[in-house]
Amino acid sequence: MSSRRSSSSSSRASKPSDDEIKELVLKLQPLLPQLHHSRNAPVSASSILEETCSYIKRLHREVEDLSKRLSQLLDSAGITDVDEELIRTLLRH
Amino acid sequence: MYRPMNSPNPNSLKSRFTKGFVKALIRINKNHPRSASSSISSSPREIRRRYHKIKTASYASMACAVGRRRAWSRALLWKIRNQACNGGVVRRSIGSRSHYSMKKRVEQNKVNELRKVVPGGEGMDTWSLLEETAHYMKCLTTQVKVMRTIVEIHSTTT
Repeated sequence: MSSRRSSSSSSRASKPSDDEIKELVLKLQPLLPQLHHSRNAPVSASSILEETCSYIKRLHREVEDLSKRLSQLLDSAGITDVDEELIRTLLRH
Repeated sequence: MYRPMNSPNPNSLKSRFTKGFVKALIRINKNHPRSASSSISSSPREIRRRYHKIKTASYASMACAVGRRRAWSRALLWKIRNQACNGGVVRRSIGSRSHYSMKKRVEQNKVNELRKVVPGGEGMDTWSLLEETAHYMKCLTTQVKVMRTIVEIHSTTT
């Protein structure tokens, strides 16, 4: 199991303090698209958690939609080979 | 090791996911051959079945690319490999009956909501959950980006 200690004061034996947890929640903010704008205004841990939840759900829905579209697209013109060119193009984006 | 932005790192997570996912798409395509007459497209049922396979392949490819070093990817791999056996997942729920104030209870509820959307979240303590969430979000974003690009490429070539 990889060590998950990010600060010396938190250990697996004792519960991390509320402040430490809050710190970790705040670290999520830069990863969220919406809350990025209100960087200057203080954002509550609560709204970060909420935003994180809905963002992940949104991403799940996107995977679903994209899978559906891919299914239809493959119907008309499928990929037939692991095209190196295709992969390179994909990775360039 | 400095790499210019547009030269892809062959060992990056994005690379590994992309290669794995494209391979899976080819496999799925082979198993669902289009009808001989190209003017007739597959039945809606075929399309739906293929959609499920593609969706599973997408999550599986990402979980494989991450490997076993993350709790969420381990949970996802486990879930996918056991999908055939519909025995149901044993969920160890670390729900706490806390003496928290109202504010803390509301936050705890939100944490529990998060548990539901992160693979393996139900069995994690809050600290681990938050760490896993950050990584999971980044990977999901990559997953979506690559899928979007594949769709774009195929939309323009048809």
